[in-house]
Amino acid sequence: MLSKVFATIAVAITGSLLLHGVADFPGFGDPHSPANAGVPGSESVSQYFITKSYKDTKVPNLVTSVLADYRGYDTMFETVVIFAAGMAIFAILRVTGDRNVPAPRRIDESTFTDGDHSRIIVGTTCRLVVPVIQIFALYVVAHGHHSPGGGFQGGVILGASFIIIALSENLNAALRRLSETNYIRIACIGILIYAGFGVMCQVLDKNFLDYGVLQPLLFTDGPEMARSHSMLGVEIGVAFTVTAIMFAIYANLSSRGLLRSGL
Amino acid sequence: MAEFVEQTLQPYFNYWIYVILMMIGLWALIAKNNLIKKLIGLSIFQTAIILFYVSMGVKEGATIPILDHHGGEHHEVGHPTAHPFLEANDAGKAGAEHPGKETKKEDHGHGEKQEHADATSPDPDTMANPLPHVLMLTAIVVGVATLGVALSISQMIFREFGTLEEDEILKEVKAGTDDG
Repeated sequence: MLSKVFATIAVAITGSLLLHGVADFPGFGDPHSPANAGVPGSESVSQYFITKSYKDTKVPNLVTSVLADYRGYDTMFETVVIFAAGMAIFAILRVTGDRNVPAPRRIDESTFTDGDHSRIIVGTTCRLVVPVIQIFALYVVAHGHHSPGGGFQGGVILGASFIIIALSENLNAALRRLSETNYIRIACIGILIYAGFGVMCQVLDKNFLDYGVLQPLLFTDGPEMARSHSMLGVEIGVAFTVTAIMFAIYANLSSRGLLRSGL
Repeated sequence: MAEFVEQTLQPYFNYWIYVILMMIGLWALIAKNNLIKKLIGLSIFQTAIILFYVSMGVKEGATIPILDHHGGEHHEVGHPTAHPFLEANDAGKAGAEHPGKETKKEDHGHGEKQEHADATSPDPDTMANPLPHVLMLTAIVVGVATLGVALSISQMIFREFGTLEEDEILKEVKAGTDDG
């Protein structure tokens, strides 16, 4: 009880200090705020992105061009963070056999078979919806530099499609389609694709992730189009890792690291 | 009261919402006893930051930061005026729409103003700031990944102590060290 009183006092003080500072912020939607326009008289970094990004990269979706090219190094390590999170969950939860695990709840495995009529509506709906979700996910990845989307978003949607299989049938059904070995492999391949693009640039005597130099390898018209195509490549790498890790998180959490039965 | 709403609340409502959400999250982090409730607080806190960043990138009357394009330069002038922001942009410079536009792009000597009329290099004020979107895009996905790690750790704690209440866990940890 006392801790709640102290928490309320601390939160009230912090909140009132923050609200006091609000008066100094620029108004909502102000195009000339420091975040949007930078210091008066000079071009801010976001203005540079808006005016020059298409010339530099030939990618109409500015968010993708900033994400995968200007901030490519950052994005690569974001992907590594996701990969590391997946591996951490694997290290924390995954158990083989029945060591140290309380006996799982009695689950009658027979109720989860494909021919079970009590799940006919859920099962049929999911079977119909999953291919559509997966095609949409691939569209989001492939079209990420022309419309809203990209590797992270598409990867999450693709991972969700496997989670839907696990929810509607059971975890084993999803693991039959994407086994543990395979999702770890896919997560590694994603990072390798991303880092591979970077190393390839280094091999060709440019900076890490300076895609323009890949032009002769990608048979494009100019270094700008090479950047555009390389961005698609690294987005696919991101999508691989995110798909695999999202499913890995669900699979391990729902089955308490046993990868059996699940919820 | 009306004056307060008009002068303080209305122009800064996005910051008020972010502060309120953040304080709800912070309160949950400090005061709640259950570890899952603390994680919910952490997520609310994170959402507040995401809202804050995204609202910083908003520009009045601006559109999403995706350019109108028709297969790159090879295409003969798609219709730039199809987009409202470009229509507004071209209103002052009626000459910007003539067919010679594509050739004008080659010429790098022209002034800033003409460059902004170009479909591939818009006026920054007509597009939302893409930078906060990029930062938050990665923050959301990393947030999911860290939440997954946090949940798996709480699952291990539950397996070890049979509870997720912080005080009960602390009691057991203390009892364990006394025995040893």
